Amino acid sequence: MTQTLTPRAETTHDVLAAFNNVTKTFGGHTALNAVNLDVFAGSAVGLLGPNGAGKSTLISLLTGLRKPDAGVVQLFGENPRRPSARHALGVTPQATAVPQTLKVREAVSLVATHFTHPVPPDELLERFGLTDMAGKQCGALSGGQQRRLLVAIALAGRPRLLVLDEPTTGLDVEAREALWEQLRIYRRDGGTLLITSHYLAEIEALANRIVVIDKGSITADGTPAEIRSHIQVRRVSLRAAPADLATLSNVLSASTDDDGVTTLTTRDADALVRELVEHHIPFNDLEVQRVSLEEAFLALTASHSGQQPNQSLRESR
Amino acid sequence: MTTIQSPAAPQTHQPPSLFSLIRAHAKAQVLEQLRIPIAVISSAIFPTMTFLFFILPQSSITEYPPAVLTALAQLAMFGVLSAFLFGYGIGVAEDRANPWTTYLRTLPLGPVPPTVGRAVTAMLFSFIALLPLFLLGALTTRAFEPFIDGTLEWWRIPVTIVTLLLAGLPFLFLGLMIGYLCTAKVAIAVVQVVFFPLSFVGGMLLPPMVFPDWLNVISLATPTRAARDLSVEVLTGAGLHASTIPVLLAWTLVFGALALWANRRDQGRRFR
Repeated sequence: MTQTLTPRAETTHDVLAAFNNVTKTFGGHTALNAVNLDVFAGSAVGLLGPNGAGKSTLISLLTGLRKPDAGVVQLFGENPRRPSARHALGVTPQATAVPQTLKVREAVSLVATHFTHPVPPDELLERFGLTDMAGKQCGALSGGQQRRLLVAIALAGRPRLLVLDEPTTGLDVEAREALWEQLRIYRRDGGTLLITSHYLAEIEALANRIVVIDKGSITADGTPAEIRSHIQVRRVSLRAAPADLATLSNVLSASTDDDGVTTLTTRDADALVRELVEHHIPFNDLEVQRVSLEEAFLALTASHSGQQPNQSLRESR
Repeated sequence: MTTIQSPAAPQTHQPPSLFSLIRAHAKAQVLEQLRIPIAVISSAIFPTMTFLFFILPQSSITEYPPAVLTALAQLAMFGVLSAFLFGYGIGVAEDRANPWTTYLRTLPLGPVPPTVGRAVTAMLFSFIALLPLFLLGALTTRAFEPFIDGTLEWWRIPVTIVTLLLAGLPFLFLGLMIGYLCTAKVAIAVVQVVFFPLSFVGGMLLPPMVFPDWLNVISLATPTRAARDLSVEVLTGAGLHASTIPVLLAWTLVFGALALWANRRDQGRRFR
């Protein structure tokens, strides 16, 4: 029998983690505002949002580090503040978290001690290509090696739910691919994943459900295809008097370059062009282009935090 | 009828016991401290240096075994107090800002194993600090003559060491409480503010025999005085106040409960 990183295949629709009307504030700042979210067994949820959107707060509540001010957080049906709720939870420490003076094998062994069915430390190190570093102090590893160690540590207890907070920020492409590969193996073996990132590419590579969070609220939730169609953004460029363009209502952002070409981003290019005509705005050199998902996401969250959004991105779900 | 069953697969995988978790955390903390040797060395030589500079030049003390033994026990307790308060007050506060410690709190782990692991580590390093002190006392003074000529029983020496560590528990808990409630910078200040009056009123800097009566009454109610008197009694057989043991136990319970409470309410570093 081959040993896998997860104890057994999950029945789908088991809810492993649940947020019910959860609110958390720090001082006067509302980090999470009445958030509802269920994480189903076997799914891979990507939590996407700009810095400060509430992703880390949500993770800290789920992993038992903090208490919600209102609402209920459940992990495997229990309060995550209780140690017994966290037996089947795997968490990657933050990027800078390695214990500087412990050796790699010591750190992995310390974590493994806490679980009933840990992956033997040597096997885990082998899998992540860290066998040669086992006797080195963690602080002596390179950035990429530290990241691999941190993900390996998260998998040490054969978790049913793996929580990764920005796992590959700052990694080169090769190191990132190697980590993704290990996460795909974990997924293939039936593991459930909750991953945060502000890199869309990372979420798309690993998640089959995307939850967009912004200013403490969930603003979209769906499959990558649904999110993609939902947050489709077009770029409309044209020459026109900027004062006229300011009256348009379908615009997410606008900028004018030195040549006098104004670039507008919009969620509905058709409506924008219709509006131009209806308002009798003189224009020429009109071009409409599709933007990348990354840009679309940035435009949407930027408009959210900047001027008032012309419409909410909330999806009924 | 007998049913033939294959022997049940041995349950080799038990959930980790409390003991194994305590051992793992104590081991990791010992290793982390040992790899920064200067921290170990500086705390280890502190009581010894005090003895060297302040006791050894006074021949009125060094020639009179009960006086040296009292000074040794008092200084040893002083060393334990400072190691526990500074090491754990400031150490815990620093640790709470350390992302690795934050990560450890996501493990299926209650507050007891890391806290007990810390206590074990603190005691181990305090024990190491006691050895050079007692060695110096033995080699340079007449302190240990009563043990050789049989005036005092030999078992008093090992029991004193154990007593010093156990009597230090309230200070360990006090350190933990400060560490859980304060940020590192605040903890340094709070520990210093607490440390000096506690050790002075507790008779660790000046012998309590020179205290006026009113101060002596206050002194007897402090955990430092109770800890000092207990270790002096165990080493020299000087006798105890009736209040010593109850006072020490009461402070241990109070600070222990407060440390646990502070740990429970702790949500790590505040951010934003």
